[in-house]
Amino acid sequence: MSLIKGVTLGQYMPADSFIHKLDPRCKLFITVLSMVAIFISDNFLALAMWASLILFLTKRSKIPVRALMKSAKPIMILIIFTSFLHVFFTGGDDIIFSIGPLKASAAGILMAIRIGLRLYLLVLFTALLTFTTSPSELSDGLEAVLGPLKRIGFPAHEVAMMMTIALRFIPTLFEETERIINAQVSRGADFHSGGLVKRAKAYIPVLIPLFVLVFKRADTLAFAMEARCYRGGKGRVRMHPLNWGTTETKTAIAFIIFVATVIVLNRCA
Amino acid sequence: MAPVSAMLPRWRLYSWSTNLMSLGTTLYLEGAEFQYQEAEKKILKGIDLEIRAGEWIALLGPNGSGKSTLLKLFNALLLPSQGCCFIDGINTKETNVSEIIRSKVSIIFQNPEDQIVASVVEEDTAFGPENLGLPSPEIKKRVKEALTEVGLWEMRKQPVSSLSGGQKQRLALAGVLAIKPGALLLDEAMSMLDPSSRKSFLDLIKREHGYGRTIVQVTHRLEEIVDSDRTFIITDGELSWHGNTETFLSMSDDSIKNMGFAKPPVAVLKEELVKNGTVAMSTKSNIADIREKLCL
Repeated sequence: MSLIKGVTLGQYMPADSFIHKLDPRCKLFITVLSMVAIFISDNFLALAMWASLILFLTKRSKIPVRALMKSAKPIMILIIFTSFLHVFFTGGDDIIFSIGPLKASAAGILMAIRIGLRLYLLVLFTALLTFTTSPSELSDGLEAVLGPLKRIGFPAHEVAMMMTIALRFIPTLFEETERIINAQVSRGADFHSGGLVKRAKAYIPVLIPLFVLVFKRADTLAFAMEARCYRGGKGRVRMHPLNWGTTETKTAIAFIIFVATVIVLNRCA
Repeated sequence: MAPVSAMLPRWRLYSWSTNLMSLGTTLYLEGAEFQYQEAEKKILKGIDLEIRAGEWIALLGPNGSGKSTLLKLFNALLLPSQGCCFIDGINTKETNVSEIIRSKVSIIFQNPEDQIVASVVEEDTAFGPENLGLPSPEIKKRVKEALTEVGLWEMRKQPVSSLSGGQKQRLALAGVLAIKPGALLLDEAMSMLDPSSRKSFLDLIKREHGYGRTIVQVTHRLEEIVDSDRTFIITDGELSWHGNTETFLSMSDDSIKNMGFAKPPVAVLKEELVKNGTVAMSTKSNIADIREKLCL
């Protein structure tokens, strides 16, 4: 049983590409803007343009398209579930089929496809950000973006460091969980039979050692960080200081133009 | 008179400690005791010891005897409840000296997973120098030197999750080498490695010792202490034995067993060879020499 195998969401893929080299603040800006813009895109032409852009950026960043597709796998169940709800609860007069009291209209099916596509594109766009930006760069970018909030006491550095550590430990915790599951299975634990409640209960002997392990690990990690002279954000510098240059400005402007074009097309179509 | 550390501005202290790197670091404990607040039992009880610059010390003792706590005192991660700990003459109890001490003394823990902070090899190596506030070109230089030293420069852009256990421990070593400490503390740093990774890690430690760094190594495997100069044994928070490592390994099987250890095969082999007259008696490095010659 392998939990981590095939899970690519949130993983960084190093490559020598223009997108990898972009300032993380620029990438964060583009991602946030794209999230809003994808959500207001409700016709298929606009969604097709977003899909083309994602494909173009994936090619430019030298990330395998298959890896990007895989990244949406863990979210697929959520996307399918949301789409399923829209099929039956959107309403409309042109009923295509019905299951008991649930009636699926043509408008509902169209809405389900739109919502499903939007969510899928959103996941892909976010995955592209994490594929091309290392967690440290991402947290540096986030810290810089949240920087102004420090004036009102917001712990921007701490939030960014927490994110770095969380992303760093995702693969490690998957491995640990897998190890605990295997240990419990070898001692007769059964995770696959019985009802939902029984299965959920079967995971208690996995969760307890996992929590204990996480706390112990956090304790040692804190010692290790202190031993390497960490004392919070005060006085800490970066090996690669953030640098917003002309490339970032041009990229941001090009993206804004793209978003504006998509919005206009979305309204006109 | 105020210590030197209190008289210099912070940035000067870092460069000052960096310049001392090649000389190794002196570690000194004077009646050091340690007890957690509200705990009844003392973990360390009145330990006096001096580790000279450039020495390789093996620290042995059963689990829970206080070895790891002792290492944390040297790194100022913990402060003695009683007595003092001096690093190159700086008392760890002084205020605002912890960064200077940690730039002189670095610690490597048992499990590399617990000490790697960043997700990418070069970013994790840069973590220490970044905390010291060094200029960007200096950080890049140190990262390159440290990763080249441990043989991971080619993998600098790789995610940490793609490394093997041995590579992760070498990365942990690179992370502390980039700080340029004068002393390396190894808290069972090789216990989770396979024999091949252990050998290559030990070779790296030998090389660092060759540069003049002080090494303090906590271990349960006596074959790993063959290269050390002196051995300290801690039992129940007290220094129960200390002396030359060669003398320790030359003790009878029963004496070593009574101390709770097993004589390493290479030391037994040396005794047999000496008995047969194959190897001339004495010299500190005999056991290490035999191991090298037999490629053990």
